[in-house]
Amino acid sequence: MLRFIVRRLLLLVPILLGLSILVFGWIRLLPGSPAQALLGERATPQLIAQIRHQYKLDQPLYDQYWGYLQTVGHLDFGVSISSRRTVTYEFAHRFPATVELALSAMFLAVIVGIPLGFLAAKRYGSLFDHLSLVGSLIGISIPIFFLGLVLKWIFAVKLGWLPSIGREDVLSNAKHPTNFYILDAIITGNGGALWDSIKHLLLPAIALGSIPLAVVARITRAAVLDVQNEDYVRTARAKGLPPMIVDSRHVLRNALLPVSTIIGLQTGLLLSGAVLTETVFAWPGIGTWLKDAIFNRDYPVLQGGILFVAIVFVLVNLVVDIWYAIINPRIRVS
Amino acid sequence: MRVRKSLLVVPFVLVATGLLLATGAGAGSQANTTLVFGTAADPVVLDGPLVSDGESLRPIDQIFEGLVSLKPGTTKLVPSLALSWKASKNGLAWTFALRNGVKFQDGTTFNAAAVCFNFNRWYNFPGPLQSDAVSYYWNTVFGGFAHPAAGNPGPDKSLYKGCKANGTGKVTISLTRRSSSFIGALALTNFGIASPTALKKYQADAGTVDSNGVFHPTGTFGTQHPIGTGPYMLKSWSVGDKLVLVANPHYWGKKPKIGTIIFKPISDNAARLQALQTGEIQGYDLVDPADIGTVKSSSKTKILNRPAFNVGYVGINQKFKPFDNPLVRQALAYALDRNSVVKGFYAGRGQVANQFLPPLVNGFATKGVPSYSYNPAKAKQLLQQAGVSLPLAVDFWYPTNVSRPYMPNPQQNAEAFGASLNNSGFKVTFHSAPWRPDYLAAVQGGKAELYLLGWTGDFGDPANFLNVHFGQQSDMFGFNNPALFNLLQKADSETNLETRTALYQKASILVMTYLPMVPYVHSQPALAFQRNVNGYIPSPVSLEPFSIVHFGT
Repeated sequence: MLRFIVRRLLLLVPILLGLSILVFGWIRLLPGSPAQALLGERATPQLIAQIRHQYKLDQPLYDQYWGYLQTVGHLDFGVSISSRRTVTYEFAHRFPATVELALSAMFLAVIVGIPLGFLAAKRYGSLFDHLSLVGSLIGISIPIFFLGLVLKWIFAVKLGWLPSIGREDVLSNAKHPTNFYILDAIITGNGGALWDSIKHLLLPAIALGSIPLAVVARITRAAVLDVQNEDYVRTARAKGLPPMIVDSRHVLRNALLPVSTIIGLQTGLLLSGAVLTETVFAWPGIGTWLKDAIFNRDYPVLQGGILFVAIVFVLVNLVVDIWYAIINPRIRVS
Repeated sequence: MRVRKSLLVVPFVLVATGLLLATGAGAGSQANTTLVFGTAADPVVLDGPLVSDGESLRPIDQIFEGLVSLKPGTTKLVPSLALSWKASKNGLAWTFALRNGVKFQDGTTFNAAAVCFNFNRWYNFPGPLQSDAVSYYWNTVFGGFAHPAAGNPGPDKSLYKGCKANGTGKVTISLTRRSSSFIGALALTNFGIASPTALKKYQADAGTVDSNGVFHPTGTFGTQHPIGTGPYMLKSWSVGDKLVLVANPHYWGKKPKIGTIIFKPISDNAARLQALQTGEIQGYDLVDPADIGTVKSSSKTKILNRPAFNVGYVGINQKFKPFDNPLVRQALAYALDRNSVVKGFYAGRGQVANQFLPPLVNGFATKGVPSYSYNPAKAKQLLQQAGVSLPLAVDFWYPTNVSRPYMPNPQQNAEAFGASLNNSGFKVTFHSAPWRPDYLAAVQGGKAELYLLGWTGDFGDPANFLNVHFGQQSDMFGFNNPALFNLLQKADSETNLETRTALYQKASILVMTYLPMVPYVHSQPALAFQRNVNGYIPSPVSLEPFSIVHFGT
């Protein structure tokens, strides 16, 4: 297992190298310059030339790339052109917000999606099954941006139950040693801050979790339908095992194998930044950060940010593979 | 069966519990002494000379004060840290009498030496801070540095020559040439006076330059310890979350009525509107024109109008023939149905522009301005007179993904102008591109023949409109008119207000005769507030003091 993990981690090197070439080239193919993005109508040809020179954009591409690799080699990801803060600082500052949102969304997707899929399969062909299918279809097809606005309009604007923006009440004085607000509230023993953070998480997590929820429910349903007709399930029933034992130990456990893979992949996707959800809920995560960087032609942020995200994505996938091996004894990593 | 039941129950219990607990959570309940203002983005840094974006300038304007200021809601200069000022006869030295008894927020004394320290700091910025992208307004107004880095302007280009403290209460700023826009520019938030002690202690200009030549700031002046003389001081700033200002208990002027101001970044326009509706914020700027009706119709919210201090125009690049012919430019002016566009797409918030300068700006000409009412027949006649065969094919550019105060919906403007041009002897082909940087790159790089653009003034001086656009050759307009350049240079260096006004009026008329572009609108941007917020006076140049804002009547 250890050898497998090390090998997978080593694979990160060529992946990141390839990715860095792609991102580097892609950004430079985009028209326009950071100067125009920074100063808008106030940009002048002289200023554009000056910025190009300052960021060495007037040098041959291979020279620029080599210079970039050297700085990254020293773990220096540069300074954001628009905010003038280091890319590492901004990522470290924003990533916890994205992690908190992504994990909450996945939590909702799992605790609702798996039971929903399981029950739909158990009641195959019933009205409940059809309704869950229609619900899943809606969950997958409804635009997150729209869902977010509607949720806010109902629960924040009309009912006034939940806040519409941010991670905590704007008047909160809670301390944030780790920037994971829920964790911070637990560490500092601040019950009020804990509830405040959960309140702020609810709507964005529901909006962001809608697609994974639908996917998890559909996959669970399909997997349970497959598994419950297997010989070993029939044998278990024939042995006279109680239905609860059959369902939990034989059906659900085996059905969860493909589901866990999907959960891992979806989590990786969510961790790479939920641009729309973060924008609608003014959630200070990496999704809006990278989106703004594209509009601002903020090369250092794009180059550094995408590399960070790629590392996270690969690591999450590695965890999924390991987890898969653990929960499925039939699979052994070779 | 028990498994199924429990599985069913878990999610619903969790969601229902959450919602029940959330009931009555009172999102948006604020103490009356705190005002939360929604902003489009975080500030870059809280150090005036190092920024040019509105989101940085708004909090900076509450923390710092300059020698002069603007009367709220106007572009009229009023005393601030300087009680009075006077230019020498040759216009090269300006002496300011300073206000006594003013303290910086760190307890140190404001005096003439502090003023000189700040001016000399700006003039002596190290290389990385000399970039236009960093110290844009010093570059624009003063134009040079004591020790220029390669490629940057030096003392020979600088308007600033030196600063001399005459005792503690008087200071003289010397200039290398006459300039009247200098005094108006000093009202810019960028030239607020900071505590010299804090600038040194928190290493305002310190930083390292990496192998790419990029400046890494290491000091904490602009991020944690911005110290000025203003009515508010920084309490905390959590990037991406909020910036908190509290009232300065030792402020020399009238004490602020609201104890705490919180600036909350919300990049999405719809999210800002909903946050206002829920009461999580009490006000925000840059209201989407489409949302004005929603805000107005609510019993809890209201719209405030910022005076029109901008211009929207159809730019002409004379590099593209036959637009180098004045008759063709006149034909274009007659062919644009400006009245219909302003009436149709500005929801009553725009007025048709008859010149580049907005009416609020000194130098706005009240008579003698050539008029170009929509007249397709006249346009065709002028084109024929210019020897052009009809229809004249033109490329018309407009931006996408943008809404500016002077063009809330560029595509609508472009399409309406396109229709009126097609009726008047032109044949329009549209080009569009995302606003920034693609569209701006095309226009500013001289690739667009006709295009939609505009300008919002930085300060109340005609030089900021006319000299910036028509005072020298540029790729986007593609013309060379020494008579116009000289007139604008002469107007800018004139220190007698009446003579200067007359010169700018003449220049404004000349611009409308020469027609490097066709102005069509001056519009009023909107701000939205809760109805119980009072005393907020929208400024044409967005310098709005929060110290006079209060809740209730």
